[in-house]
Amino acid sequence: MVTRRDVLQHFLKNGRVAIVGASLAGLTAAEQMRAEGFAGHLTIIGDEPYEPYDRPPLSKQVLTGWVPANHTTLPHSYDLGDVDWRLGVAASELDIANRKIQLADGQAVDFDRVLLATGVRARPWPEAEEAALDGVCLLRTCDDAQRLWEHLEARPRRVLVIGAGFTGSEVASVCAEKGLPVTVTERSVSPLVSALGSKIGAVAAQIQRQHGVDLRCNTTVTALQGDKQGHLRCAHLSDGSVLDVDVAIIALGSIRNTEWLRSSGLAAGQLGITCDAGCRAFDINGIVTDDIFVAGDVSRFPHPLYGYQLMVLEHWGNAVEQAKIAAHNMVSESTSRRPYLVIPAFWSFQFGNNIKSVGLPPFADEVVVMQGSLEKERFIAAYGHKGRIVAAVSFNQGKWLPYYERQIAAAGPFPPDPPAYDTPTAFEITPAGFAKIPVPTTTPSIALTGYIPSEMRATYLDAPSTTLKNGAATRSQASFASERGQ
Amino acid sequence: MRVVVNLNRCQGYAQCCFLAPESFKLIGDEALLYNPAPDDSMREKIERAAAACPVQAIAFESTDGYSHNATPQEEAHGHQA
Repeated sequence: MVTRRDVLQHFLKNGRVAIVGASLAGLTAAEQMRAEGFAGHLTIIGDEPYEPYDRPPLSKQVLTGWVPANHTTLPHSYDLGDVDWRLGVAASELDIANRKIQLADGQAVDFDRVLLATGVRARPWPEAEEAALDGVCLLRTCDDAQRLWEHLEARPRRVLVIGAGFTGSEVASVCAEKGLPVTVTERSVSPLVSALGSKIGAVAAQIQRQHGVDLRCNTTVTALQGDKQGHLRCAHLSDGSVLDVDVAIIALGSIRNTEWLRSSGLAAGQLGITCDAGCRAFDINGIVTDDIFVAGDVSRFPHPLYGYQLMVLEHWGNAVEQAKIAAHNMVSESTSRRPYLVIPAFWSFQFGNNIKSVGLPPFADEVVVMQGSLEKERFIAAYGHKGRIVAAVSFNQGKWLPYYERQIAAAGPFPPDPPAYDTPTAFEITPAGFAKIPVPTTTPSIALTGYIPSEMRATYLDAPSTTLKNGAATRSQASFASERGQ
Repeated sequence: MRVVVNLNRCQGYAQCCFLAPESFKLIGDEALLYNPAPDDSMREKIERAAAACPVQAIAFESTDGYSHNATPQEEAHGHQA
């Protein structure tokens, strides 16, 4: 009789695993699988023609000019010499019934188990003609970083950053450091508002202005205009002004790379690929699959600390930790599966300030400064929801975050007990300032078909995708999409 | 060489900045910037920096394939306490 153990042993020795996405999550998963004894055939597919590289340095060390854009290749912690790398070619279709991935170059990859880690791409400027102007830049890939660096080296008259999320704010910081005039437009009330709320976002606004940034909140860009040669020349703003600019960075958040899964039958769309806490993908009907796993920016998973809401975390740490769990579960018996239950964490470095976060600030209603002060731009703020601490954010006080992380994990009270260091004379609890009515980024595109219960199925409807013009990334309707910090 | 630092874990102890100042810079009190692709001649310094990091946040791979992993979180916390 063949036992489940025999089946697993055979898989570990002779199985075929494909990883779609050759970035931080894909690389980490490959290393973890090899480290846990998977000796079978491993294929890694990536649409960029590069070995997995690290993205956080692109908006910092690379743009400042310290490190060339192609110098952020990630170190390997495990020998991956026997991996079948398919780089520079995108996956175009997933055929689950036949266990096959179709590639854009016509080739196909067979698999027994697959990890979907296709991540996100930068949301482009919605007007194609304006987006094509020389000087209009995105920042997601190392090619983007190289192009933007070249533009900044040419000493533009003024740089326009559209969207004051983490990417936009970090680019503005580099421009300020290089002594370039820079204008930032943000459609909401303050920078970083979707990640940190308007109360703490106001500190980020104060910091930008102190560093000479022309920050315009509640302002959008209505048009980008070029000259006859196709070079960006000026931008029209919703406040009526016209700015002479040579470079514009579109920092309007991201789009999840799920279009290639449209015919796969998975629950994959604009919100991400939905999976369980063990990283197994759901199909479109909401049934969990056995051999399809998800990790990184593209995954949408439930978290018990946050009411089991499905969440998407575009964070460096999420890519690493979730990839490890997915990889473990891919090469383990079902009884040995681990849940992905990490406390979300990210950092951002801008204008000389180290901003770090643990937990999920957008889940909160209230915020209180626990240590330091907002005026000194050196503090820790705790975020609360219904009397529980759900997140903490530090500006230049990162050493204290583990103290708050433990309380978040333990579902401790809000406000938490203050540590005996640098505490204010009074703890003032205020609204955190997250948008109460999230702006929908998508229209319903799934319908049910069939007439009797055994025939009912979910199916995609073809609906026009909505684009977001003139603003920062919004919180999507059904998930906490934390806009890219790392 | 290839270097990556887990900046969620980094707490700005700056041991790396003393041991390999060409590769690691502290901006302000606690923000670390590093060179992800230092020259091979830096190997000994990078090794020392990685070994000395109190929270074991530095991972690297040298051109000859030698690699040093950042220690798993649980263990790093153990060392800290």
